[in-house]
Amino acid sequence: MKIAVCIKRVPDSETRVKIASNGKSLDEAGVKFVLNPYDEFAVEEGLRRGEVTVVSLGPAAAQETIRTALAMGADRGVLLQTDTVPADGYEAAQALAAELKPGGWDLILFGKMAIDDYNQQVGPMVAELLGLPCVTAVAHLEIDGSKGVAEREIEGGIEVVEFPLPAVITADKGLNEPRYPALKGIMAAKKKPLEVKPVQLGAGAFEVVALTPPPERKEGKIVGEGPGAVPELVRLLREEAKVL
Amino acid sequence: MSAILAVCEQRDGTLRKVSHEVVTGAHRLGGTVEAVLCAAGAVKGADQLGKFGADKVVTLTNTAFAKYNPEGCAQAIADRAKAGGYAAVVFAASATGKDLAPRVAAKLGVGLAADCTDIAADGGTIVATRPVYAGKALLKVKVATKPAVLSLRPNVFTPVERPKAGTAETVAVNVAAGRVIVREIKAAEAGALDVAEAQIVVSGGRGLKEPANFKVLEELARAFGGQAAVGASRAVVDAGWRAHADQVGQTGKTVSPTLYVAVGISGAIQHLAGMRTSKVIVAINKDKDAPIFKVADYGVVGDLFEVVPRLTEEIKKLHG
Repeated sequence: MKIAVCIKRVPDSETRVKIASNGKSLDEAGVKFVLNPYDEFAVEEGLRRGEVTVVSLGPAAAQETIRTALAMGADRGVLLQTDTVPADGYEAAQALAAELKPGGWDLILFGKMAIDDYNQQVGPMVAELLGLPCVTAVAHLEIDGSKGVAEREIEGGIEVVEFPLPAVITADKGLNEPRYPALKGIMAAKKKPLEVKPVQLGAGAFEVVALTPPPERKEGKIVGEGPGAVPELVRLLREEAKVL
Repeated sequence: MSAILAVCEQRDGTLRKVSHEVVTGAHRLGGTVEAVLCAAGAVKGADQLGKFGADKVVTLTNTAFAKYNPEGCAQAIADRAKAGGYAAVVFAASATGKDLAPRVAAKLGVGLAADCTDIAADGGTIVATRPVYAGKALLKVKVATKPAVLSLRPNVFTPVERPKAGTAETVAVNVAAGRVIVREIKAAEAGALDVAEAQIVVSGGRGLKEPANFKVLEELARAFGGQAAVGASRAVVDAGWRAHADQVGQTGKTVSPTLYVAVGISGAIQHLAGMRTSKVIVAINKDKDAPIFKVADYGVVGDLFEVVPRLTEEIKKLHG
């Protein structure tokens, strides 16, 4: 199977968020960047099913992210290089769709979302732009010839979804157990083809007004120690917080 | 401000409660609110949408819409959105809404402001606020598209009753069912509430020591009389103690219940990402320096195996 996996370079989930002086973006000084965790599930799924090309949209430094996927075992990489990825997910979707369109892919995989912008949209948008069927947030996948069955978690249950290939799938946690790149893979990744293509993205229709820290939760209190504190806790929940 | 299209949800012919939030949120943008549903026939509870401020309730019917039909619903909603000249199309960031909203946005050729915790109309412009970087920052954007396509984080937009006469109409739509077909829904165990939708969530972490001990949390959840769900931290899900469906946090579900009780959870940043927008947070932990106490409104330091059963007893008294 010929598989494309779209991946993103994101700040590590442990990152302490510091707002840049423009008040609109992340201060990237000292931030460690990683392969988006949900994309790891997508890469792993691709590796188990066929020949994998990873495609990433991002700055020059995203080459490292692509090398991580190559070290996991992907065959080749393409970086659509752009200095900035706008807040408007449709811009990213259009750039990726233009790259993927002539590929003749059997399967295009994404993570269900990126843990930086939480946009949760680029995968299904690419599917729409390419006219391909799409199943999102897939936690279990079976493919038999040109037919697939996917399971996705919904509130209070699991949806079982049938679809034909070629298709776009976005991966949720639970789809598989992503491998760690082995030393041999890391060495091999250095020699694998990585093509860099500059792209021009539109500014998009989302104008960033501000990036701010979340509102501080007001200072909480330790009600007490041990089970003896429970009656006071319940009183506070009833009378002060009014949630019981 | 011209009209707002509020995309509501049904399952098995019954309106899903998150629809009340969508209509309430849509109302914040001013203008008239048109609630729209995709269904196979009449939807039980759709008449309530007028109570929450829908000026009009439109049910788009097609035999393919008995279960969620991704491609057919996306086409029907996009057609409606194009024809109506709406200022905004508002979805719930539910499992269905997260799947449907990007499809509709792409058909309209615009981006999606996903999982918003606040929306407002500033003059003619829609401004959306959404958590990013695992809830460690809020991004405020002006959405200049016509229409603006937005999805709302569940449990954040508390439904407000503002009764309207609310006209209702049913329109049979002729769209193809498409290629992506939901064959069945495997239901979770009967009566189990989903953590993303429950008003009260009681979550457990490694402090529970072993999977069987989750029964103390299940008993507490039961004491709340059907309003509470049991959640879990990543550590215990990865250890196989609880299902991934119950996981709260960055690689699990994002929850905003009225009351979140964190039991034996230290409060790793990835867990906080999933629950920090809860209205009231209670932490029970034996380590008084656990980071969870920094976000908790109320904390009890102590052995959870003593504190939780006592809490269950007190809650039972209230509900008894």
